[in-house]
Amino acid sequence: MSPSYLAQDPTLADFGRDPWWLVLGKIVFAFAFGLLATLLGVWFERRVVGYMQVRPGPNQVGPFGLLQTLADGLKMAFKEDILPKAADKVVYFFAPTISVICAVTALSVVPFGPMVSIAGHHTPLQVTDVPVAVLLLLACSSMGVYGIVLGGWASGSTYPLLGGLRSSAQMISYEVAMGLSIVAVFMTAGTMSTSGIVAAQGDGTQLSIFGTDIPAPGWYAILLLPSFIIFFIATVGETNRAPFDLPEAESELVAGFMTEYSSLKFALFMLSEYVAMVTMSAVTTTLFLGGWRAPWPITLWEGANSGWWPMLWFFGKVIALVFVFVWLRGTLPRLRYDQFMRFGWKVLLPINLVWILVLSGLRSIEDWDSRGKLIAVGIPAGVLLIATLFWPSRRPQPKPTPQEQADNRPYGSFPLPPMDLQVPPSPRITRVVAEREPANIVAGSDSREV
Amino acid sequence: MTMSTVLAAAGGVSGGEEVTFWILAPLALLGAIGMVAARNAVHSALWLVLTMLCLGVFYVLQAGPFIGMVQIIVYTGAIMMLFLFVLMLVGRDSSDSLIETLRGQRVAAIVLGLGFAGLVGGALYRALEGTTAVGLEQANAEGNVQGIARLLFTKYVFAFELTSALLITAAVGAMVLAHVERRKQDKVDQPSTMKARFAPGNYPGPKPGPGVFATSSSVATPARLPDGRLTERSTPDILPVRELTAQETTLKGTDR
Repeated sequence: MSPSYLAQDPTLADFGRDPWWLVLGKIVFAFAFGLLATLLGVWFERRVVGYMQVRPGPNQVGPFGLLQTLADGLKMAFKEDILPKAADKVVYFFAPTISVICAVTALSVVPFGPMVSIAGHHTPLQVTDVPVAVLLLLACSSMGVYGIVLGGWASGSTYPLLGGLRSSAQMISYEVAMGLSIVAVFMTAGTMSTSGIVAAQGDGTQLSIFGTDIPAPGWYAILLLPSFIIFFIATVGETNRAPFDLPEAESELVAGFMTEYSSLKFALFMLSEYVAMVTMSAVTTTLFLGGWRAPWPITLWEGANSGWWPMLWFFGKVIALVFVFVWLRGTLPRLRYDQFMRFGWKVLLPINLVWILVLSGLRSIEDWDSRGKLIAVGIPAGVLLIATLFWPSRRPQPKPTPQEQADNRPYGSFPLPPMDLQVPPSPRITRVVAEREPANIVAGSDSREV
Repeated sequence: MTMSTVLAAAGGVSGGEEVTFWILAPLALLGAIGMVAARNAVHSALWLVLTMLCLGVFYVLQAGPFIGMVQIIVYTGAIMMLFLFVLMLVGRDSSDSLIETLRGQRVAAIVLGLGFAGLVGGALYRALEGTTAVGLEQANAEGNVQGIARLLFTKYVFAFELTSALLITAAVGAMVLAHVERRKQDKVDQPSTMKARFAPGNYPGPKPGPGVFATSSSVATPARLPDGRLTERSTPDILPVRELTAQETTLKGTDR
């Protein structure tokens, strides 16, 4: 690793030295990134879900339907803004803005790239960074819930209120799991600043196993796999995306917290949902997927992690994660509310706690090298994996055939059609009737029916 | 450091800190007054959220970014959210009534409150007048988070563990109070529910609504099945099933 390579990593000392126009430019860039990501994200989601459901998706407005979201947004802006009579006017007005502001603010501490040179200024591609940047992200996501909860409450009707209530309970539960999985990142990286975490994921340790040097990956998605999985699940819960979109479950709550919203206020809620999805993908990328660092085959090229290129890797990772969000939505049915809560509190939380305990135990053993630690983790994990794969399953009871089930029914059961029922041919197809045997249907053939 | 331009330094008050203070301090006060003055419980909670947010920013401003963020996450994000949850469960129209049960209570409260604020403010002013804060640089020497962690797990570890034990006891107590003991055989799983539903003698379909094919719109009138019989299942259990007499169904003369 050459010194010039290391100089690409911004440290906390590199922030706060920009002239005002550069700061303004970065802020505008982050904001525009959020808006543009929403525009393209809605299109992307509809196209991908369309592909998964074997239909074209939006393809009329602009090339490949790219401008569909823009057209929808314009239409929404010109719609009538309905204010319900029972609404709490001030809170009703502010709720969508709270949502959007919190979702966009989180982008300010996301590192988009390493140090670059803009008009002679050597500056990191990140709006700002603080020693507690990840906590700022958590704060943004927990404040964003206020928008949803207050929107539901201020609408003054039942379904939004239920959606808001669900949302508040959901966010509190899943934020616990989310915070705990970040703890593992803090412990490993030794810092809470986002640029520091990205830098910490850069140096993969060299492992010498059986005489050969193998570069171990530095990404926390691999080192801290359980944390990564739990964090991403919690992220889906935190952003109200399917299969955890209970606050806006359309089969139960119409549209949940945004039932009464229309026009631009509704558009703001929509915007905040997609910005939150993109922000959370960016945060997951930063915390677990090496941030703007290039993935393995590209790192063979010397200049992969310097200059403006890393922004491309960053966007690629974010898009991949957004695709996973969409994939989940296209694949999984919505959870029932009690299943959802049980999953959060009784599965994610205990696993997380045990994992943190194991991790801190491993880290406190100082006289082991990384290879010893890897063996200490890898062998039990492998044994556990093989055991679960090849564990002899209890021989299931042979399932009774449908005929046996029908015979075993008690007297007076609900009437069943005869088991050998042949569908009677349509009387209009006379030719086929002649070729088939007559249907074997006798009324009341089942003696157990009453 | 990026913080040095805005955050408090040991020596004096920087411009950025002063501007932020004078913007947020009135807001925090406004939130506090609004919290007491608001009639709607949810509005009251929202004013408190404003004050807590301002306090969080103040902590960040005083070179304590960790405690500031924790203030926002824990107090504003979790605890106030639980408050809101309960308030919303109670109902959105639970505004305070303005009838004073104790005569002169409000005036007395205002006077006493102002007096107390004056006392505390005066005492603090007298105590801190002319003193310069020192030791901020040393406290944050190895980083704010690390400094707090060092104190928390060395000097104050007993108090810290005691507090956590107290919180866990409270949580376990709440769980015990809310826990409903159910024996294993009392738990009904989904297959047995379905079996019971389709067992002989139980009609698996939905109950007919009262008044279906009925001669009256009263809920006491049982539904009439398509074959002409009356069905008891359509009326609430506390209502006796009866056919209305001819006298009851004739017009009462109110139409004239």
